[in-house]
Amino acid sequence: MLHNRSIGELAAILDRREASSVELTRHFLARIEALNPALNAMISVTGAQALLEAAVADRRRGAGETGPLLGIPLIHKDIFCTDGVRTSCGSRMLDNFVAPYDATVVARLKAAGAVMLGKANMDEFAMGSSNETSFYGPVRNPWDLARVPGGSSGGSAAAVAARLAPFATATDTGGSIRQPAALTGVTGVKPTYGRVSRYGMIAFASSLDQAGIIARSAADAATVLQAMAGFDPRDSTSVDTPVPDYGSALGAPLKGLRIGLLKEFSDGLEPRNAALIAAALEVFRSLGAATLEASLPSLPLSVPTYYVVAPAECSSNLSRFDGVRFGYRCENPRDLLDLYKRSRGEGFGAEVKRRIMTGTYVLSAGYFDAYYLQAQKARQLITDEFRAAFGRVDLLLGPTTPTPAFAIGAKIDDPVTMYLNDIYTIGANLAGLPALSMPGGFIDELPMGVQLIGPHFAEGRLLNAAHQYQLATDWHDRVARGYC
Amino acid sequence: MHAWEVVIGLEIHAQLATKSKIFSGAATAYGAPPNTQACLVDLAYPGVLPVLNAEAVRMAVKFGLAIGAKIAERSVFARKNYFYPDLPKGYQISQYEEPIVGRGALEIVLDDGASRRVGITRAHLEEDAGKSLHEGLANASGIDLNRAGTPLLEIVSEPDMRSAKEAVAYMKKVHTLVRYLEICDGNMQEGSFRCDANVSVRPRGRDKFGTRAEIKNLNSFRFVEKAIQHEFARQIELIESGGRVVQETRLYDSDKDETRPMRSKEEANDYRYFPDPDLLPLQIDRAFVDSVRVTLPELPEQKAARFAAELQLSAYDAGVLSASREIGDYFEAVVAAVGAPQAKLAANWVMGELSSALNRDKLEIGGARVGPRALGGLLQRIVDGTISGKIAKEVFEAMWGQGREADAVIAAKGLRQITDGGAIAKVIEEVIAANPRQLADYRAGNDKLFRFFAGQIMRATGGKANPAQLNELLKAKLDGD
Repeated sequence: MLHNRSIGELAAILDRREASSVELTRHFLARIEALNPALNAMISVTGAQALLEAAVADRRRGAGETGPLLGIPLIHKDIFCTDGVRTSCGSRMLDNFVAPYDATVVARLKAAGAVMLGKANMDEFAMGSSNETSFYGPVRNPWDLARVPGGSSGGSAAAVAARLAPFATATDTGGSIRQPAALTGVTGVKPTYGRVSRYGMIAFASSLDQAGIIARSAADAATVLQAMAGFDPRDSTSVDTPVPDYGSALGAPLKGLRIGLLKEFSDGLEPRNAALIAAALEVFRSLGAATLEASLPSLPLSVPTYYVVAPAECSSNLSRFDGVRFGYRCENPRDLLDLYKRSRGEGFGAEVKRRIMTGTYVLSAGYFDAYYLQAQKARQLITDEFRAAFGRVDLLLGPTTPTPAFAIGAKIDDPVTMYLNDIYTIGANLAGLPALSMPGGFIDELPMGVQLIGPHFAEGRLLNAAHQYQLATDWHDRVARGYC
Repeated sequence: MHAWEVVIGLEIHAQLATKSKIFSGAATAYGAPPNTQACLVDLAYPGVLPVLNAEAVRMAVKFGLAIGAKIAERSVFARKNYFYPDLPKGYQISQYEEPIVGRGALEIVLDDGASRRVGITRAHLEEDAGKSLHEGLANASGIDLNRAGTPLLEIVSEPDMRSAKEAVAYMKKVHTLVRYLEICDGNMQEGSFRCDANVSVRPRGRDKFGTRAEIKNLNSFRFVEKAIQHEFARQIELIESGGRVVQETRLYDSDKDETRPMRSKEEANDYRYFPDPDLLPLQIDRAFVDSVRVTLPELPEQKAARFAAELQLSAYDAGVLSASREIGDYFEAVVAAVGAPQAKLAANWVMGELSSALNRDKLEIGGARVGPRALGGLLQRIVDGTISGKIAKEVFEAMWGQGREADAVIAAKGLRQITDGGAIAKVIEEVIAANPRQLADYRAGNDKLFRFFAGQIMRATGGKANPAQLNELLKAKLDGD
């Protein structure tokens, strides 16, 4: 079936004219129509536009053009601005917002000929670890519809896991690509901070946000990253360093690769999770890699550090949603203050408000030094420890999440428990490091992820390690029942 | 008032003369229809990001070098958070703890000729907000975001000024400087150059400063002077009647000539400054600073010193003629035309006739109806004796009205000076012959009658007789015969 093909295979099918992009697009649109109602992975489906884009891709191919993404369908997380298409960010605040421009990521993938099927559901403003904070309702995990897919890129992950698209864009501020990828059995890649432009990606926490990919395999992710990555003069934090050929990095043998197991990750790990990690290390050893212990003593500070830095930045980033120029505006405001209070009060959901309030508090006079400045120091400490660790190892390995997917409703009323879900993923965001999650086995018939973290700009090394692992294992090829 | 001393510090906002905004590519031109010069970045659309305008950085560095300040190798943009409809992002990007320009100073000269050094604490880059429009809209307010994101250099002085006049002298000095540097057009009506004044009072002789009030948005030199004077008096009266000055923000009402507190809500703001994560710290290396340094023009003090040394002008004249780059350039062009030895003559004319003609017609020097070369040509005719200084003024007026060269006016009006000794002597003879009684009185010792004869002769020649020759020949005639 077309939907089980890799991106490379689909491109070859298109090249050989065994199918057109229009046919491919129709196939995935049909799957969305049939399967999405149970999953709620999509906020918008842009079928008519997709078929037009597919026709254009077919014409380009007919004119002799070729390309790894030309005519390949995708889904964009609804955090990326898409010209002329509603960009809601999972919020009532932007339910009526039609973006007047394309995010750089969207523009690059469009230029590569990828065909947008629609926009993926997500936690509101990317704040959440379960996709339950979306204004559009929770996304359901294809492996068990009573469970969450993780978040905030839950729609992207569920869609790829359910084979509604070959790949999806996603964003990761504290684990929002890797955690849902792990919980839905797909591959999620968060590149180095600055590797992919943030322009047009609605900001949650600017110093942590990074655009990335949810795909079925590391090889597919490498193809997509190739098109997304690169300096953007419109994003001052994007880095002007050449983009290597990720595809050609995928052939390298792992012999001599030093993989570190973080003590702070393995301490207290649930035994079945620990067994999966041990198995993954064994696979890498069998491929010629050396495994050793590594330690980042300050890593336990990452969750509290994150929950100061991220809310601080979000409290400021979300100030522009004031009911004045775009987005939700309350009915009949009495005066300016009323307009602000009710537009924001009615437009934002509970988790967003909680973070705005937390962030406002930690930046306030009298608290700034104790919270924000302390958090910045802790962040620097964690970054320095990662740098030191990468002097001894080439990659770090550990779990992506403490547990498999939990039930919808199980943690939503307990923010701290929910926040602890990101305990293994946040470190890479604080330090700006590239990281990925790849399927690494099952607990209670639910998929679990193995996380790899690399030094800055070592995406090629990370993707190759995951690719070699995926050549040796078949966890990434498992599909939830009913979605084959 | 003897017992009290006023202490003043100014925060000047100079709008930088960049073509585009500080963090977006939108144009900065003044006066466009509302919201036609605001792009998605200025409108703070979801997902957009700021990118720093290098030209604004160059201009800030230029200012820093001109006041002898240290240019920070690393400076940081911070967010100042508050809600207001003309502030689209809900925060203003400014520099807070680490500004681009560090400590510097300017020397001001007061009316009595004394000079005073005013310290400049810092200067930093920031973006301007938009404007709220309340006029002509029923039950609504309009917002014009054309100005949102316009680059500003905020120049913060030390509390070094001790009178309203000093504050004005300092503000004028900065105004001159930013225009010399061509980093700000200095247009105060359009708000390109405005200031906030921090004013406090203390008993004369005491070191400790009093509590200050900040008077916002003063956009003319006169308002600065009047607002400070008013605030000085208000604070004294308050203290002397047993009250206390509270730290607050006040507005100056020029119609009523008073200051009054702004809304108290404004004061309750906690701006929650923190480094803007969308902008990396600004790194400036020595090579960049050097590349700006070579573009520095001659500064007012340097120009005045050169005028005094090379052209033997008085300190006063040199100061007036270097007050703006345009005046200096005009004056130098006149000198080039008439010759350096006549610099004093050129100075007198630029500061005298030219200046009054400009004032009369409300023109800037750029709009002068007699250009510097033409004025030089006129002065040349004084120097070579073709016309007298008095006639030259008449010629100047004709040039101003008709846009003609001096020689053309002189020829057309027959104003050429009579330097033919014989012709002058002939008129002298006629005048003496016609006034025998006065001649007798003069010879009897009434010297004052010399001026009577000279006047009569001038009148008879239509003012064209060469005054020196006339004096000499008349004296010889009256005393000799």
